Amino acid sequence: MLIIDCPYCGKRPEIEFSYGGQAHIARPVQPADYDDEQWTGFLYMRSNERGMRAERWRHVRGCGRFFNALRDTTTDQFHGSYKVGEPRP
Amino acid sequence: MTRQRFSALSLFLRGLSRHRSWQIQWRKPTPKPAYDAVIVGGGGHGLGAAYYLAAEHGMTNIAVLEKSWIGGGNTGRNTTIIRSNYLFDESAALYDHSVKLWEDLAQVLNYNVMFSPRGVMMLAHTVHDMQSAQRHIHANRCNGVDNEWLTPEQAKEFCPALNIGSNIRYPVLGAALQRRGGTARHDAVAWGYARAADALGVDIIENCEVTGMIRDPSGAIAGLETSRGEIRTRKVGVSAAGNTSVVMRLAGVDLPLESYPLQALVSEPIKPVFPCVVMSNTVHAYISQSDKGELVIGAGTDAYTSYTQRGALHINNHTLDAICELFPMFRRMRMLRNWGGIVDVTPDRSPIIAKTPVPGLYVNCGWGTGGFKATPGSAHVFAWTIARDEPHPINAAFNIERFREGRLIGEAAAAAVAH
Ligand SMILES: [Zn+2]
Repeated sequence: MLIIDCPYCGKRPEIEFSYGGQAHIARPVQPADYDDEQWTGFLYMRSNERGMRAERWRHVRGCGRFFNALRDTTTDQFHGSYKVGEPRP
Repeated sequence: MTRQRFSALSLFLRGLSRHRSWQIQWRKPTPKPAYDAVIVGGGGHGLGAAYYLAAEHGMTNIAVLEKSWIGGGNTGRNTTIIRSNYLFDESAALYDHSVKLWEDLAQVLNYNVMFSPRGVMMLAHTVHDMQSAQRHIHANRCNGVDNEWLTPEQAKEFCPALNIGSNIRYPVLGAALQRRGGTARHDAVAWGYARAADALGVDIIENCEVTGMIRDPSGAIAGLETSRGEIRTRKVGVSAAGNTSVVMRLAGVDLPLESYPLQALVSEPIKPVFPCVVMSNTVHAYISQSDKGELVIGAGTDAYTSYTQRGALHINNHTLDAICELFPMFRRMRMLRNWGGIVDVTPDRSPIIAKTPVPGLYVNCGWGTGGFKATPGSAHVFAWTIARDEPHPINAAFNIERFREGRLIGEAAAAAVAH
């Protein structure tokens, strides 16, 4: 089980969290202007990196808040977490 | 080169010489500088594709590159369940094509893959489950795929260990049974395809990782850079399961895939007590008994993407909770081993077996949590796609463009699996 560092509550076991997938996927500002390629990218294409990954977690059985974290997908080791709205460190 | 044939007689005769005269099952060739086609990924799907390329399309100057060893990836890490009771026409055609190939695979390959059509029973625990199961049964029958509804009593008759009492959190309300479904010996599938392909001249090259893709000025595939040197070829078929995103990115192709750990575990071996395969998508329990006697138990995926080939213990715990409720006789059994494999999951939980935007580059991926059952069928149509540079009618719908065009084959929603 992973130990995840909530920026608001500190380190807690993984079962307190739910996973939110890849971080920093911006919703379309003007959806009507999106073409098929852009919609495909927004809806379906994911980075799926083998290495350092920025991802969303939600401390659903704690403070309830979303935040972002960096995790190495080859080791599952976390390399810090940060609040929503902050840039990827 | 002529090969030993496996039979009961050969087993007996070689037993007389204390089994010292068996030949190796496939060669360990050094890579040639060029091939007519190269398969990246030496799992069941990749080895099978190489076999069918050689056996059915006459392409024998080909190679399979495996970065690790044969049978070390998901082929040797799954729960060996085989079935074809999928909802949509496209899926039913693909998976049933596979079940039909399973039925005589051991004879075709002269390798005992231990295919055992002992029946796969999928439990229903809620009204929604019952409706979903009935819908599947009717859809399957329209497609010529066997599937039948069982009452709880009939389910218990088919699987005596099943608890159909009302004293559990999710009582069994019925089940859908596919009698042609069952299990096979997972390693034997990889070994059997490897041996049969090798006998036809295919080079199976282990410990050879692809590190780059070489393109000609038109952008088409011209070769591969590997950890064992450069290999020229005009056709590359990628069948790399959880690492497909990484390999395809070498050619600049992005795919709608995410790679998750999927775990399984086995118990200590016991005498035969469990005659069938039981699955419950609602409570996440997948169980059968191997011929060795171990209970083979499948758990769910972890929540997060990963390439570590391991997962969290609480995922296994969750499945064992369900197993213990459904089969109280197993409550005091001890688990022997657990492991994880990395599965590549598409947004619609259906595979991609297709040409790519790069000429000469083909991909077979996105099998998610259920690729083993599809091994022969997937390999067969992938070989067709590579050899003819066009999809077989069975895999035509499983293209990459479906995500842009909105033609998803949404088996996740159809299966009502709690993803
Ligand atoms: Zn928190």
